[in-house]
Amino acid sequence: MADVAIVGFAQAPNVRATPGTTNGVEMLVPIFAEVFERTGLSKKDIGFWCSGSSDYLAGRAFSFIAAVDAIGAFPPIHESHVEMDAAWALYEAWLKIRMGEVDTALVYGFGKSSAGHLRRVLALQLDPYLVAPLWPDSVSIAGIQARLGIDAGLWSEKDLAEVAARSRADAVRNPHAQLSGHVEVTDLLDAPFVADPLRAHDIAPITDGAAAIVLASAERARDLVERPAVIAGIEHRVDSPVLGARDLTRSPSTEAAGRAIGVDGVEVAELHAPFTHQELILREALGLDDQVRINPSGGVLVGNPMFAAGLARIGEAATQILTGQARKTLAHATSGPALQQNLVCVMETRD
Amino acid sequence: MIASAAEAETPLSAPLNVGFDYTRSVGPILGRFVNGLRERRIEGIRGSDGRVHVPPVEYDPVTAAPLCEFVSVGTEGTVVSWSWMAEPLEGQPLQRAFAWALILLDGADTALLHAVDAGTPEKIHTGQRVRVRWADEPVGHIRDIAYFVAADAPEDSEPSPVPPPVAKREDRAPVSMVITPVHLSYQHSVSAEESRYLRGLAEGKLIGQRCPACEKVYIPPRGACPTDGVPTSEEVELPDTGIVTTFCIVNVPFLGQRIKPPYVAAYILLDGADIAFLHLVLGCDAADVRMGLRVRAAWKPRDEWWTTLENIDHFEPTGEPDVPYESFANHL
Repeated sequence: MADVAIVGFAQAPNVRATPGTTNGVEMLVPIFAEVFERTGLSKKDIGFWCSGSSDYLAGRAFSFIAAVDAIGAFPPIHESHVEMDAAWALYEAWLKIRMGEVDTALVYGFGKSSAGHLRRVLALQLDPYLVAPLWPDSVSIAGIQARLGIDAGLWSEKDLAEVAARSRADAVRNPHAQLSGHVEVTDLLDAPFVADPLRAHDIAPITDGAAAIVLASAERARDLVERPAVIAGIEHRVDSPVLGARDLTRSPSTEAAGRAIGVDGVEVAELHAPFTHQELILREALGLDDQVRINPSGGVLVGNPMFAAGLARIGEAATQILTGQARKTLAHATSGPALQQNLVCVMETRD
Repeated sequence: MIASAAEAETPLSAPLNVGFDYTRSVGPILGRFVNGLRERRIEGIRGSDGRVHVPPVEYDPVTAAPLCEFVSVGTEGTVVSWSWMAEPLEGQPLQRAFAWALILLDGADTALLHAVDAGTPEKIHTGQRVRVRWADEPVGHIRDIAYFVAADAPEDSEPSPVPPPVAKREDRAPVSMVITPVHLSYQHSVSAEESRYLRGLAEGKLIGQRCPACEKVYIPPRGACPTDGVPTSEEVELPDTGIVTTFCIVNVPFLGQRIKPPYVAAYILLDGADIAFLHLVLGCDAADVRMGLRVRAAWKPRDEWWTTLENIDHFEPTGEPDVPYESFANHL
């Protein structure tokens, strides 16, 4: 089966609110142009299109259909959609190329979280019979998860603030970041709780944004860019939806996905951790030691466009290879409450 | 240029509130659980490994075996973890500050997520004993557990929150459906191009835009031409005359219908436009509407105009000769 490589990545600025529509067209048109310019491809060269977005976030039915306008889908295109982070759309596109059906694909994700009330919208991803009717919000559930680790001595509030401070400092070099700057851990810890035990710095901001990635068969990729990021492995796993039946201080699904690929020799990892403590859970689950550079982009704590942020992690990790800064990188994407579902992708350069 | 003036204007937006009562059948396992709640009892289910799951699960999370051995558990339990909800959100179990908690009920091996009415964060801790505060009128729904309170708290006398709606069923029949109302609020925006069009309508103008690539004139204009993927740009003011490309005669009454059937819903192609839009054709017998019929907009009185195509009440025949099919064949 054909190997698959990432040959282009672009993302919209991560911002608190855009004036645009919830179908993302205004954010997608410029980033499609950007990936085409970087790869020398045009829409006619794309064999398969796949997107990730959510109607609940958009507040309208079939919002992803309106987004297809951004492609200019005439003559008719080969297209699909997942109601998940677009990292899972990338998985679908990866399969299409592996199976030899197409040799190029463009994957995109978008979300305008500012249109609605994100904490309430995310309650609707919970069990609809016995949990969602209580409207438990995403931040509160993460707070319960964070306290389990604090009580067990796995991390402290200071450990969490250190994750936030490092992320914001790294984001100073990320022009797309929503938050960035040099902050002192002690100052962060002086801030009031938002959802005790979580403070504002522990929680990814609410962000509007979009991301796009171009994939090609490894053979085709060589003609497009100098250093394609070849996907060495991509796996995803899911844990039980029953929050009370999981050990929330671990991520068995991430462990299983990482083990199935093998993460030895990874130099850089981009982890999709919308809460500070979740980065610590993910590092443990993937066995990433201090030698691995974590989230040089700043991660999603500095900008978290729903349904695009996981895809953007893959894009950031791929960029490390495309630009020659690293030879082997890892990206992780998550979906669902408290790291329920996890995808791990390892990319490498091939000489 | 007009296009740059359009960009300078903030796109129009308006509140959009959507709601739906989700009605779900509960089946035998969750059904027994919610019917137990109605009698102020809590039942879990024994998993393949002997653990008691509360709430019950239909299939074992490890072995996937169907489960059937129900186990009664206590209405008191222990807080496993919690977080503080300082400003409750719409729909949550309490509308004053409270704690979300995972609660391990006595006799259970998995924890239940629910609310604890603790008052302040100082009054809750991991390991705390809590008990169920039942709804005053249990209906067979997870919200029959109104919330939890400290195990040693005095009985509270204030009324519990309003119960969720109940599905109709036979007298004395068990609950087989649960209803959960979901209401969400959005601020819905239209694109910059659509905003130009809507603001034009408020002044009685029909503003389209031409795609710079295929040169088709769209009304409404588009954030991206569906054929070329680029925003429409050059502004084109269109007349309020055009033709019927295709149409249907509505004979069926439906909820919210504002006109008595039969009437005609038609695609109207304005003179100079390349994309038709849907509108009404009135002012003649429904049987007299034809493909190629020349029509003109019938505007509402000027003082009723705002940013909507409803400013045009309907289209009506001009009396001019029909246009030949070939002239609009490419617009169907």
